[in-house]
Amino acid sequence: MNIHEYQAKQIFAKYGVPTPRGIVANTPVQAVANAQELGGDIWVVKAQIHAGGRGLGGGVKLARSIEEVRTLASEILGMTLVTHQTGPEGKLVQKVYIEEGADIKDELYLGVVLDRAKEMPVIMASTEGGMAIEDVAHDNPEKIIKIAVDPAIGFQSFHGRELVFGLGITDPMEQKNLISFASKLYKLYMENDAEMIEINPLIKTGKGEFLALDGKMGFDDSALGRHPDIEEMRDISEEDPDEREAAQYGLSYVSLDGEIGCMVNGAGLAMGTMDTINYMGGTPANFLDVGGKANAQTVAKGFEIILKNPNVKAIFVNIFGGIVRCDRIANGILEATKMVDVHVPVIVRLDGTNALEAAEILQNANIANVVAATDLADGAAKAVAAAKQA
Amino acid sequence: MSILVNKDTKVIVQGFTGSEGTFHAQQCMEYGTQIVGGVTPNKGGQEHLGKPVFNTVKEAVSQTGATVSMVFVPPAFVADAVMEAADAGIELAVIITEGAPVKDMQMAKAYATKRGMKTIGPNCPGIITADECKIGIMPGSIFKKGRIGLISKSGTLTYEGANQVCREGFGISTAVGIGGDPIIGLSYKQLLAMFEADNETDAIVMIGEIGGDLEIQAAAFIKENITKPVVAFIAGQTAPKGKRMGHAGAIISGGAGTAAEKMAALEEAGVKVVVSPAEIGKAIKEVLSK
Repeated sequence: MNIHEYQAKQIFAKYGVPTPRGIVANTPVQAVANAQELGGDIWVVKAQIHAGGRGLGGGVKLARSIEEVRTLASEILGMTLVTHQTGPEGKLVQKVYIEEGADIKDELYLGVVLDRAKEMPVIMASTEGGMAIEDVAHDNPEKIIKIAVDPAIGFQSFHGRELVFGLGITDPMEQKNLISFASKLYKLYMENDAEMIEINPLIKTGKGEFLALDGKMGFDDSALGRHPDIEEMRDISEEDPDEREAAQYGLSYVSLDGEIGCMVNGAGLAMGTMDTINYMGGTPANFLDVGGKANAQTVAKGFEIILKNPNVKAIFVNIFGGIVRCDRIANGILEATKMVDVHVPVIVRLDGTNALEAAEILQNANIANVVAATDLADGAAKAVAAAKQA
Repeated sequence: MSILVNKDTKVIVQGFTGSEGTFHAQQCMEYGTQIVGGVTPNKGGQEHLGKPVFNTVKEAVSQTGATVSMVFVPPAFVADAVMEAADAGIELAVIITEGAPVKDMQMAKAYATKRGMKTIGPNCPGIITADECKIGIMPGSIFKKGRIGLISKSGTLTYEGANQVCREGFGISTAVGIGGDPIIGLSYKQLLAMFEADNETDAIVMIGEIGGDLEIQAAAFIKENITKPVVAFIAGQTAPKGKRMGHAGAIISGGAGTAAEKMAALEEAGVKVVVSPAEIGKAIKEVLSK
């Protein structure tokens, strides 16, 4: 789960990680009130969406007067912001963060993520702040320093020294400030079961202080149960409504651009099915994993979600029953065709536990539109052919 | 021989009396696995499925001589259960539970490694040595006895892979589902080495997916160390960037961990790479007839 910048900064504040002062607003009137409350003569108006690249997309603007805060907030609120991370459809801006202006002397990058190979969190830092870190990693990998921190010992002074010397920071006061910053960041990463934290840019002020000018945080979904305060920060308007609806039924759904709807058990086989369709000359319309507890209701829901996509010309149901019994899926398909108007050909491949009983159930029911397949290749080929005929 | 488990392996179940633990322990026993008991705190002294229940893993180990534990406890208790198993001298923990927090698994894995305990999973179908020992939730009937080793991140692709291999007239020595979570136990490298050393395995099927770089590491390892033929499939060639495909690991970010990258690395290492799981069996036939 991801949260907004203003929410990440609330967590930072709780742990004493310095940020510029700011207040979130839903309306231009509120934005103006916030700017007045913050005081000063320069403010930043920042669109709050769950995607990076907001500045380049026109979602972060500097205001030099209260009037300008009003104008910019009116422009940004309600705009559809397109960045390299939103996809071409963009994201609707419903909140802006009004932040005091900062005295920027230097821009750095600081993040914490899990290093899967080392199996521990790694602090990533770079002097190349303000740029896309993926580009830095690609073009100048030597400019990123990585410090793995073993959770068994936590953040130690030597980690701090590696960080400041790695970044070429020589002033003792600045060293102290940055080490304190990083150690607090590591602590909040661990204590909140974060999946990633990214501060880009982390700025150094004229006084040698370090401030999180931006803040991105993502959390381990499996650990949200023990963090009700984080769960409360969920913004459902940032999530794809179809994916969310699917999740409520235990389905994992991702829409794609193609023509063949897929309903599969298991994420790996679901991807393997998409790949096979592609290999046979077709295009998958979605990823859909029905999980281990598929029944008539979830199958019906799956059909419903797949068929919302007007591009779908055929559906390939590919189930390899392990825990899931194929006869139950077959009955589920029969039930589902009564609950949902399935107006495209459905190719069904059921293999594994009780596959023979399943085949019999489908054959006896003899529903128009439902075609049985003998294996993965046969099913994919039939689905591709059906989509081409449509 | 096979790898890791066989007909003599003594297994206990952590989370023995829960509904999942009960159902799958029973299935494993029917397959022929030597389930010698289980652990459920506060139910010690009872009998379940005709086997003794213990309060602690230490007790279970000392009473039964078990060396392997199958872990079915709920997600929040997985780390504790795994560390208890390691502390009690268990040699291999097979963790089936899905949804264990990543932070917990970092700690549990580090402790297990320190204690010399191997782990498989979490969030995996388990391990099976055909006709001898099934520790996990896979349908045993698909795995016909044979001489092909199988390693897979994905559960249902483990079944599909085994099915494809058996349809071509081959069979499985041992199949291991390693799971697709960010922190996992035994991975391709260690298992490839075990299959290389196993005189009952002639070839290896390796099934991977997008995200992370385990398959890239495996490719480098195969190039240097593996002489037996390897067939590989990487799921997610058609997955878009930045979208999570079910598994926590199945996400492409920053151009890293794409299927194309992994397939190229494996091919470069001399692996026969197929573009669809439906080609796995034919590829095995091809590499073995060379």
